[in-house]
Amino acid sequence: MGVRTWLGEWPMVRQATGPDPLARGAAVQSPRTRTLEARTHGADEVVKSVCPYCAVGCGQNIYVRDGRVTQIEGDPDSPVSRGRLCPKGSASTSLVTSPTRVTTVRYRRPYGTEWEDLDLDTAVDMIADRVIDARRKGWQDTDDEGRVLRRTLGFSSLGGATLDNEENYLIKKLFMALGAIQVENQARI
Amino acid sequence: MAEAHPVGFQWVMEAKARGATIIHVDPRFTRTSAVADLHVPFRAGTDIAFLGGLIHYVLDNELDFREYVTTFTNASEIVGEDFADADVSGIFSGYDPETGRYDPISWQMEGGVYEAPAAGQRDHWEPELREHHAAHASDTAGGAGEQAHAPAAPERDDTLQHPRCVYQVLKRHYARYTPEAVSQVCGMSVEQFLEVARAITRNSGRDRTTAWVYSVGWTHHTVGAQYIRAAAILQTLLGNMGRPGGGILALRGHASIQGSTDIPTLYDLLPGYIPMPNAHLHTDLQSFLDADAAKTGFWGHMDAYLVSLLKAWWGDAATPENDFAFDYLPRLTGNHGTYGIVRDQIDRKTYGYFLVGENPAVGHANGKMQRLGLANLEWLVVRDMQMIESASFWKDGPEIETGELRTEEIGTEVFFLPCANHTEKSGTFTNTQRLLQWRREAVHPPGDARSELHFYFHLGRRIREKLAEAHRRGTPTAEQIERDRPILDLTWDYPTFGVHSEPDPESVLAEINGFDADGNPLSSYTQMTADGSTSGGCWIYTGVYAGGVNQADRRKPGSEQDWVAAEWGWAWPANRRTLYNRASADAEGRPWSERKAYVWWDADAGRWTGHDVPDFEATKAPSYRPPEGAQYEDALAGTDAFIMQADGKAWLYAPTGLADGPMPTHYEPVESPVANLLHDQQDNPAREDIDRAWNRLNPAMSDTYPYVFLTYRLTEHHTAGGMSRFLGYLSELQPEFFCEVSPALAAERGLEHLGWATLISTRTAIEARVVVTERMKPLRIGDHVVHQIGLPYHWGSNGLSVGDPANDLLGVTMDPNVHIQESKVATCDIQPGRRPRGPALLEFVESHRRKAGVEPGGIT
Repeated sequence: MGVRTWLGEWPMVRQATGPDPLARGAAVQSPRTRTLEARTHGADEVVKSVCPYCAVGCGQNIYVRDGRVTQIEGDPDSPVSRGRLCPKGSASTSLVTSPTRVTTVRYRRPYGTEWEDLDLDTAVDMIADRVIDARRKGWQDTDDEGRVLRRTLGFSSLGGATLDNEENYLIKKLFMALGAIQVENQARI
Repeated sequence: MAEAHPVGFQWVMEAKARGATIIHVDPRFTRTSAVADLHVPFRAGTDIAFLGGLIHYVLDNELDFREYVTTFTNASEIVGEDFADADVSGIFSGYDPETGRYDPISWQMEGGVYEAPAAGQRDHWEPELREHHAAHASDTAGGAGEQAHAPAAPERDDTLQHPRCVYQVLKRHYARYTPEAVSQVCGMSVEQFLEVARAITRNSGRDRTTAWVYSVGWTHHTVGAQYIRAAAILQTLLGNMGRPGGGILALRGHASIQGSTDIPTLYDLLPGYIPMPNAHLHTDLQSFLDADAAKTGFWGHMDAYLVSLLKAWWGDAATPENDFAFDYLPRLTGNHGTYGIVRDQIDRKTYGYFLVGENPAVGHANGKMQRLGLANLEWLVVRDMQMIESASFWKDGPEIETGELRTEEIGTEVFFLPCANHTEKSGTFTNTQRLLQWRREAVHPPGDARSELHFYFHLGRRIREKLAEAHRRGTPTAEQIERDRPILDLTWDYPTFGVHSEPDPESVLAEINGFDADGNPLSSYTQMTADGSTSGGCWIYTGVYAGGVNQADRRKPGSEQDWVAAEWGWAWPANRRTLYNRASADAEGRPWSERKAYVWWDADAGRWTGHDVPDFEATKAPSYRPPEGAQYEDALAGTDAFIMQADGKAWLYAPTGLADGPMPTHYEPVESPVANLLHDQQDNPAREDIDRAWNRLNPAMSDTYPYVFLTYRLTEHHTAGGMSRFLGYLSELQPEFFCEVSPALAAERGLEHLGWATLISTRTAIEARVVVTERMKPLRIGDHVVHQIGLPYHWGSNGLSVGDPANDLLGVTMDPNVHIQESKVATCDIQPGRRPRGPALLEFVESHRRKAGVEPGGIT
């Protein structure tokens, strides 16, 4: 680096001679700062979404690079939120990239003291067997007075307010067809 | 609102910038109070006294919007002679002290018939009572099964002077709710109360409207449904319903809690608010419709909505000959709400449980009850992103620490299945304003994580295969064949894509929307028929896939639209943004004022028009009057704006539909430090209790549990913490569980700011950091000074930020209409220092129960 260049990099010189006399931008940038990029920079795509926390329904833009979420910002197009997000919505990148997120099936056998691993396909198959068994054990064709019930009290479900409408629809439809009436969610708490 | 729905609150601030007055009525001073024009602190659990006081103020000073009231409400109708008001006693006619329930027959209108509530019968009447009602209804209507016809119109007095007209009945009912009484009950000054009363009445009428906003804490009371009713009465009297800037806005707390109510993962509903059939009343489709469908108004078409639903679920197996498979639906016999389910789990009457994005061990009232339920299951499936407390209770729950439960003795088999998050699947959320917004999948879920759509589709597919295989291989009995028919006949064939065979969510949305006989998407629920030629999984969502286009994915920027923004997403029903907006115009269909014009009658064009989709038949003139014997919507006049009601009116007095009285009445919370100053009856006489050792209640006016506490949310955390306590930023912003106490209470109990406090109820004791703050104000109630303690309820033992669950302090006692617990007000004691550990905690809590004269606690 020549003396002239070195001097020219001196912030005071840049401030005095450059386009940033108040030293609020270029004049005080270090080479490292200059190479920094916004997390939204270089995204392969920006996908339209909706915040998963409360029921206001703020618009979100999901920035994706190499098949991973790199940043989540408020969607300025949304007439609901006009680009704003609250602390939770703003933290939702860390929700989806959380290092403590569990991404494999965990299984605790009856009376077990530790979690074990279990193959997803095996787990779903075991659950199907347990549903069929509990359905049978809790089945009621009629009540004491002979009125038709056609239901099971063998198992139940809780949750739905964090899910999609399409998902709630499949849960309700499946449970009704199985005769399982005990379906509940956060709306009653 | 600024705390829990901060981005929605920007619109309140916009209104303030344009001159609106913002009033915040809350026991606590919060970030909302900080920017409001007026903050009115008051005692938790006294909202009906406050709202009743406002109703009294409006009626006493005749400040109601009279033309609106006489046009759109039942104010002029005459209540039957048999009705006796709650008055001094606090108990309406029809109460049976043995069962603790009301028979509402004496609440009926003079000359009217017994009518089904707008959305059908509910489960809150005993089966015997229900049959009595059904018999009564069919007697007066001319025989069961007879073709539906318009009910006889009740007698009315349009001058509102008849002593038994609704207006006068209401006026008498609230005569006791004077400003002085409100002040004494609620702990606000008379002047504060009058300031609110003057502000809302000044700001209502032709030119102005007032909105009430509540977060669903209003529902967390033994009189929760009546809180909402009280607000509805007030807003209707002031002419603030169906108009821009008006309404009662429920700020709900989960991304699609509205959607999960519309398409209900709830026991008592079918999609679109069709009630679940009841074993005692509904032996077949016709008896269901006779009992539940109103004969007039748009609920008159419940047959079309229900048959279309049955066709969506059972397709070709649903035929006119088999009642469109109505018998495939299971039947209710009473309350199967969440707390009843947990009680049955503890009693080992039910064996399996799916927890899907919900963490009851932290998020529900009486955490011990929840965890005991989990510990008595045979199997539990938890689907979540993080290791929540409801999945790990067997390892590290509070009952393991106290020794009440031992890991080696808990037989529950637990499957933790990781789920996809909102960026990893496509689908719709329905927000709190009924707006469906489509999210597009951005990335694939990692590892074993899958969407719920994937899990339930493939679970259902496997169950069907296993049952079909069992039928093929064995010799199934006639009962087995009959039992499995609904699941084997189910339409369960969605197209899938990708390596994991993900079902196509848009195909599910299309099924929800519905199809006509030719397989084309329906564009409106008015196209649905009861002859089986149409299908549709949720009639109020019909139109979301109109023209085969995903209307929920419409994204015209707000900046390119008017303020209604009708081209962003899709609102049910029919993309209407404000319900009952016919009421934004006067009887003749003219806007009440230029300033408040929203929807109006265009006489030249012969149709309703305006800024929103009219919530009225487009070409029904304001002058229309129904002919004798008219049915369905034809029975509603051109001025009957409330089209889902059988009579098209907003009900100031509700002759049917509520389990605890036709008019809201102030009862004290079950756990209250004071006596009811307005009525002899202390608490809601029709409330529901669970009397078990693990659910003891604190006696009212107890010296052992002298302080009121209330629970709430923080901006930086979300519900039971599964989506916030595990995140670094949010855990740094609100790192610890705390309690808010006033300086006066801190002095009384020796609590130190930032020190520890132990809070004690009959359920348990928990510890929290102490925040001594002027935000909490002691209130004078009669001779008492009532101290209130604030507790955010987000914490549990797992995650980056840990603490005791505030909900563990609560017991369960419920509203009889909706079976929601009283979790926004209860009592406790508070002491300095940390709570005892291990078995010592149990003895500590038991010693308080003994002192208070409460029966011992326990886990069975």
